[in-house]
Amino acid sequence: MTSAQLSVSQGPVRKTSGWRLFLKTVIARAYPRLIGQQREKTWMFFDVLLPMLAVSAYVFVYRAIDAPEEYIGFVVVGGAMTAFWLNVLWSMSSQLYWEKEQGNLSLYIMAPNSMMAILLGMALGGMLATTLRAAAILILGSLFFHVQFAVVSFLQLFTVFLLAMVALYGLGMMSASLFLLLSREAWHIANLAQEPVYLVSGFYFPIKNLSFWVAAAASIIPLTLGLDAMRQLVFPSGPALGFLSVSIELAVLVVLCLVFLAGARFLLAYMERLAIREGRLTESRR
Amino acid sequence: MDFAIRTEKVGRVYKIRGSKRSEPRELVALHDVDVQIESGELFGLLGPNGAGKTTLIKILTTLLAPSTGKAWVAGFDVAKEPEKVRPRINMVSGGEASGYGLLTVRENLWMFSQFYGLDSGEANRRIKQLLDVVGMGDRLNTKSSDLSTGLRQKMNIVRGFLTDPQVLFLDEPTLGLDVGAARDVRKFIRQWVDEDSARTILLTTHYMVEADELCDRVAIINQGRVLACDTPSNLKHRLQSDAIFKLEVSPLNGFGVKTLESLPGVKKLVHQQIDGGARLEFILAEEPVLGAVVSSLTAGNIRILNLQKNEPTLEDVFVDLVGSSMAEVEGSSSGNSQ
Repeated sequence: MTSAQLSVSQGPVRKTSGWRLFLKTVIARAYPRLIGQQREKTWMFFDVLLPMLAVSAYVFVYRAIDAPEEYIGFVVVGGAMTAFWLNVLWSMSSQLYWEKEQGNLSLYIMAPNSMMAILLGMALGGMLATTLRAAAILILGSLFFHVQFAVVSFLQLFTVFLLAMVALYGLGMMSASLFLLLSREAWHIANLAQEPVYLVSGFYFPIKNLSFWVAAAASIIPLTLGLDAMRQLVFPSGPALGFLSVSIELAVLVVLCLVFLAGARFLLAYMERLAIREGRLTESRR
Repeated sequence: MDFAIRTEKVGRVYKIRGSKRSEPRELVALHDVDVQIESGELFGLLGPNGAGKTTLIKILTTLLAPSTGKAWVAGFDVAKEPEKVRPRINMVSGGEASGYGLLTVRENLWMFSQFYGLDSGEANRRIKQLLDVVGMGDRLNTKSSDLSTGLRQKMNIVRGFLTDPQVLFLDEPTLGLDVGAARDVRKFIRQWVDEDSARTILLTTHYMVEADELCDRVAIINQGRVLACDTPSNLKHRLQSDAIFKLEVSPLNGFGVKTLESLPGVKKLVHQQIDGGARLEFILAEEPVLGAVVSSLTAGNIRILNLQKNEPTLEDVFVDLVGSSMAEVEGSSSGNSQ
């Protein structure tokens, strides 16, 4: 290394702040999630083919008992949406814990960006990458099991999907701070949450089949109402099997979006304060 | 005076719980630390593992609140104005595994540059330039999971310099680097500070040579207290009147080191077992005291295999201040923690 090679000064480095910095951070943190999917093709097996096995099992059971043909479509849509639930549970909620273990969390906190932008970036990256997986399950399931869709309103369908995603990933962002506070115990909670949510959120059957109060309680998971509303909007018999009307479900989803995003912001600020005061949340060894 | 870093009686106490039911135990990591570092300085914190160096860096980088006292970086209070401190600083720790293994070196560095608001084009230009400087120009598109420990550390070092911080914190930056790479990195660190008087580096190390070679001033820290703070030459000058001898002798076979320590004029003695004998490092009040040392060893049937007079080093300064070598301090603290 020569002295000439060493020089790196070219005048002061320009840096943005405010909303531009926020946006740059969101995009930069979303990037590893998107590019990671391109570089690790194993997701095609684990995240598409394995869920397809579960979908197939339900389809065969429904066909064996002569259930209405719409149920096949319900199962395929539900199967596609499980990808989002798994992504939120394992790649969103537990992410800050892993960032701490890797040593990234302290770098994130020390940087001038907002931690909320980091979480939003994770959420956006995860959501976009998972949409591809969910679409793959939906297309494969529809082709294999000859599912017929009759969309009532694309605009409403898109709005429901978007609100369900914002609320779901808002829940993920909120639980990311909770998981960090609970540390390893959160791992068990995630394990415990995975299967029961499949049941109470009606991934493989109409939620209306559960009692009103169980369905109402399960509505805290945004996918419950999101899935129910989407089924009502894409299958002719959907409204008859729906839990609440689409407009009510939309309104509840809006409330969930606001509650979870505000909760995420509050818990993140609390986590950061606690980390700085106690010096343990960013330290994997202490 | 324009201080880049200033601390006033900074202390930090950790509360450590053995179990949920037990009362928390208090561990004093820092005790009334006062340091003043001017802009343009390359300042070293020298001390053994567990001395409190990393705790001080965490406080100064806004990652940890001080239990007592105050600290300012770039003129801003780290506890009250972290949002003003953060755009002006960066930090690199030795042995860190930051970033994502699936991303290439360029992508990882680009991602971190965006968290500081750098323009993408400028970030990519600087990444290329800095990677060339550390000899990693050909690794731009290598996945970081495929890098060796040393190359990964070089990537981390580039991450720290990439945002051109006003104050840069380097926590054991050459940890894990081979001799040549460590030398290159030290050279780069020195030149980076020299290029612009507005840049400041606080570097922690437990390598004496690194502190001696690089730093304008050094603070020696042990058990959370700053024991001395001056230029390396002034620190060594403290021992200028002393005579420092290193002896290699035959096995001591029960010969009491206490006998040597109690000889008049023996200020400090560090004793270490080596293959085929022992190494004794003496700080003597004056050179003639060596005669009494040699007589005592001869009387104990200990043969002198090698005798060397040394110029004072920072290691000697540490021994003079603490009473034992840095290796001994680290050995005893790791023993205590087990």
